[in-house]
Amino acid sequence: MAEFWTGYALPTVITVAQILAIVVPLLLAVAYYTYAERKVLAWAQLRKGPNVVGPFGLLQPIADAVKLLMKETVIPSGANRIVFVAAPMLTFVLALIAWAVIPFDVGLVLADINVGILYLFAISSLGVYGVIMAGWASNSKYAFLGALRSAAQMVSYEVSIGFVIVCVLLLAGSLNLTQIVVAQDRGWGFLGWNWLPLLPMFVVFLVSMLAETNRAPFDLPEGESELVAGFFVEYSSMSFALFFLGEYANMLLMSGMTAVLFLGGWLPPVDVAPFTWIPGPVWFALKIALVAFLFLWVRATFPRYRYDQLMRLGWKVFLPLSLFWLVLTAGVLVAMGWLPE
Amino acid sequence: MDGLLREYFPILVFIGIAVALAAVIVAASLVLARQRPDSEKLSPYECGFEPFADARSKFDVRFYLVAILFIIFDLEVAFLFPWAVSLGQIGLFGFWSMMVFLLVLTVGFIYEWKKGALEWE
Repeated sequence: MAEFWTGYALPTVITVAQILAIVVPLLLAVAYYTYAERKVLAWAQLRKGPNVVGPFGLLQPIADAVKLLMKETVIPSGANRIVFVAAPMLTFVLALIAWAVIPFDVGLVLADINVGILYLFAISSLGVYGVIMAGWASNSKYAFLGALRSAAQMVSYEVSIGFVIVCVLLLAGSLNLTQIVVAQDRGWGFLGWNWLPLLPMFVVFLVSMLAETNRAPFDLPEGESELVAGFFVEYSSMSFALFFLGEYANMLLMSGMTAVLFLGGWLPPVDVAPFTWIPGPVWFALKIALVAFLFLWVRATFPRYRYDQLMRLGWKVFLPLSLFWLVLTAGVLVAMGWLPE
Repeated sequence: MDGLLREYFPILVFIGIAVALAAVIVAASLVLARQRPDSEKLSPYECGFEPFADARSKFDVRFYLVAILFIIFDLEVAFLFPWAVSLGQIGLFGFWSMMVFLLVLTVGFIYEWKKGALEWE
């Protein structure tokens, strides 16, 4: 019995506490990311944005959440009820559990599995199921078209993301996310991080992550001027909120992946005194915030792509380019003997 | 707890907590909000029209084609993952084997490009 307590019960309690330490700040970050989006878009368009609820409108996300909570859950009469309800839950769950392997500092990671990047890749691939299930179960034409578009778009750009990740793996020589960050500590500060040696792949990754999360300028699945809201047009109340939270959590996750793969994770940009005093998680959060801001900046700046342009960019530009760069990276590493063993 | 279990146990617990959280959120709005469905409210949204047909109709075969292409290339990526991390050990032979494999796939890719499988006019 004593062995049960020390061997199983105690680790479980600690694990639950650790998970809550990830989920609660994450959901808060998601809530305030939506606020940040509205503020950034407003400033980009010379408006004020939310500024009534609380000081500077800071309580706006809370008010939105309460309002959605008090709304009626509409399940259309033609819908598959179980799939319809399961779809937003799946999206939300996948957006959360991917954070299990993200390292916030050396050793500061919930599950330090040795196939971390494979886990991330698998979880983000599963995201397309939430979309397909929602579009199919709604039994609405807009939702169906939105889901088809979204699924095709997500799988197209996932291929490029896969090749980009393989390039990073070649430099790191490990699937473990902590090792990938440590491998970027080449002693040249931010010039040694992966974004510089893999600059074209960094750009491909940034663009692909916009398409992967269905964000502007690749937000055709939602295309409010043609498909109203795309695959979640029939959703209301908290099941809509789950999609919303899942989408923004995915954006933050993609920002975190960018930080880990290309921007040196928790490493300080310059390896000298005042920068090294700041703890690693703070640097990591700053890098996530930087990439997350990029999402909003792009949305405020670029018009929406056309669908054939989108598919052409994914299959005819990014796929050949990332495949070529993968071969080039591997060739240079082998020829120069720079491979990590 | 030993090795593998210790590594993956937190993920298992995380999945459990995430599912519970999602269920609680959905259930909370069901309990808190007043539910007053009627037939108009529950009909699929169609810009003011009466929905006149089932939404599950024919759709463009190109979506299917994209899915097939995706499977091929995603498998390729899955094959590249272990190759990339072990390239330091498998040496030149491993490098060139993968290059031959990529060459074959590239030939296939060029073929489908020429056939117009990637066109969305």
